Amino acid sequence: MEIIDIIKPENLIYTKTKNMTDKHLSYCPGCGHGTAHNITMEVVEEMGITADTIGVAPVGCSVLAYEFMNIDMTQAAHGRAPAVATGIKRVYPDKFVFTYQGDGDLAAIGGNETLHACNRGENIVIIFVNNGIYGMTGGQMAPTTLDGMRTSTSPYGREIETMGSPLKITELIAQLPGVHYVTRQAVHTAQAVRKAKRAIRKAFEVQKDKKGLAFVEIVSNCNSGWKMEPVASNEWMVEHMFPYFPLGDIKVNGKLK
Amino acid sequence: MADIKLMKGNEALAEAAIRAGCDAYFGYPITPQSEVIEYLMMERPEDRTGMIVLQAESEIAAIHMVYGAAGAGKKAMTSSSSPGISLKEEGISYLAGSELPAVIVNVVRGGPGLGTIQPSQADYFQSTKGGGHGDYRLYVLAPASVQEMVDFVDIAFEVAFKYRNPVMILADGIIGQMMEKVVFPEQKPRLTDEEIEEKYGDWVTNGKRNNKERNIITSLDLDPYKQEAHNHKLQEKYRLMQEDELMYEMIDCEDADYILVAYGSSARISQKAMQLAREKGYKVGIFRLITLFPFPSKELNELAGKVKGFLAVEMSAGQMIEDLKLAIEGKAKAEHYGRYGGVVHSPEEVLEALENQIIKG
Repeated sequence: MEIIDIIKPENLIYTKTKNMTDKHLSYCPGCGHGTAHNITMEVVEEMGITADTIGVAPVGCSVLAYEFMNIDMTQAAHGRAPAVATGIKRVYPDKFVFTYQGDGDLAAIGGNETLHACNRGENIVIIFVNNGIYGMTGGQMAPTTLDGMRTSTSPYGREIETMGSPLKITELIAQLPGVHYVTRQAVHTAQAVRKAKRAIRKAFEVQKDKKGLAFVEIVSNCNSGWKMEPVASNEWMVEHMFPYFPLGDIKVNGKLK
Repeated sequence: MADIKLMKGNEALAEAAIRAGCDAYFGYPITPQSEVIEYLMMERPEDRTGMIVLQAESEIAAIHMVYGAAGAGKKAMTSSSSPGISLKEEGISYLAGSELPAVIVNVVRGGPGLGTIQPSQADYFQSTKGGGHGDYRLYVLAPASVQEMVDFVDIAFEVAFKYRNPVMILADGIIGQMMEKVVFPEQKPRLTDEEIEEKYGDWVTNGKRNNKERNIITSLDLDPYKQEAHNHKLQEKYRLMQEDELMYEMIDCEDADYILVAYGSSARISQKAMQLAREKGYKVGIFRLITLFPFPSKELNELAGKVKGFLAVEMSAGQMIEDLKLAIEGKAKAEHYGRYGGVVHSPEEVLEALENQIIKG
């Protein structure tokens, strides 16, 4: 089969979801955000809920998520996405509402909003992309920055004694009765992407069944912030991030694993 | 038959919100306005109209819940008192930047800091000059009675949606806590999605229904020229508010030599002071501000050509006096009088200040 035949409509076996716009992603080449966006939007399309879904974008690298996700979107102040999502969901309990947040947004400045939205069991989906660094502002220390990890605000490495330990907020919120499903995934290999997509699907099914809050963490790389080549950053992530932030389900059907 | 009740200002405001067809209230307790959320929780408006009431984890969360609900096209409101309003300023700036309609109630107490729980009018600057970051204005209504706590809720929502701009009802601890006779309007129905779209246009983020174009709510534009154009649009709204939405009341100003300029509780106190002054033979009138933004600069300027002096009466160290002085362009004498930090001036004190600072001064 020639290339010209492959791109004929009748031979297509995969197309980009209509739920992603044609805008060029503003993310660095090699970053996991684009894949995380794409699988989230594919799930929304496959569930047939595009017309009933409202997304909440954070502040951080994914502040412009609304440029790429082709659905109704609201951009929240830094850390406040779970409160904004609460406001939308409470007035439209039958619509699908999700937040898409990074580690600084969700675990630092928005810690209180995250904790209480989870504790109220808001019937929303939270997608939490954790790359252990503030990407957009140029690579500063995040709550999830690993012990000894160098960033522009921990230039000699994160020092636990003065800067605290990397925050496992996902394990923390999993303890709350209002939270129904908690999982930690990644998007660095084809297999991981398929698993992460299944997890996001499950999270939206939890919302559909009105069982409470569903929380999907995606451990991702930040090759620019970590100052590595994309492949090397993924290898570093597997070697250093995964031992501290192990992948897999943490809470399923309201029960801790 | 009219629905007449004897009620506290805060409770009357809460009942008025239900009757205005408000869709959602998000709040956090703080003295002296906690009765608003207490009344709503007791009243269960969800059973009456479907209105949602939620106690948030903080004032910050409450205002951002309002942001979410307002962005979804619903009539959303929150209330607080001074320190809580400071926390809400982040969200208020975002509401203005994203052009979202919402009603914010401030039952002002003395400050700065934790201050006191007694009445004050020291949040005038914060309310009328923006409050949060950026070039924006709130439409600010100042009720002077429990009746106006009721009447202004509906006006606040109408203006908020007409201009897609947050509106503040700036009360104070006296108006919030005192009981007065009050007449309630009929229950307004909550608007359906279709009615919202028909009345206010299709800008809301409540899903891409019927293959409509998607909507985005954001205050961000990284292109400074686009952000400047957006700011021009906001300024044009404020200009239109000045033209079309200004409210004030002139009491016995026709023959007056001296004018007490006041709003809220200070306007009520000034009414007694005016009566005492007239008994002593001074021709005194009251210019009561009802909207604090827009401010009646042109009207006060015209009046300045006809009178001998103004006394700005406010429970602050002198905030509204600055707008008054700008308005009258030095055409007449203008001074400030007011007790503050939670202390309320008496009519006698106001009269004494009028005599010493303006009439004999």
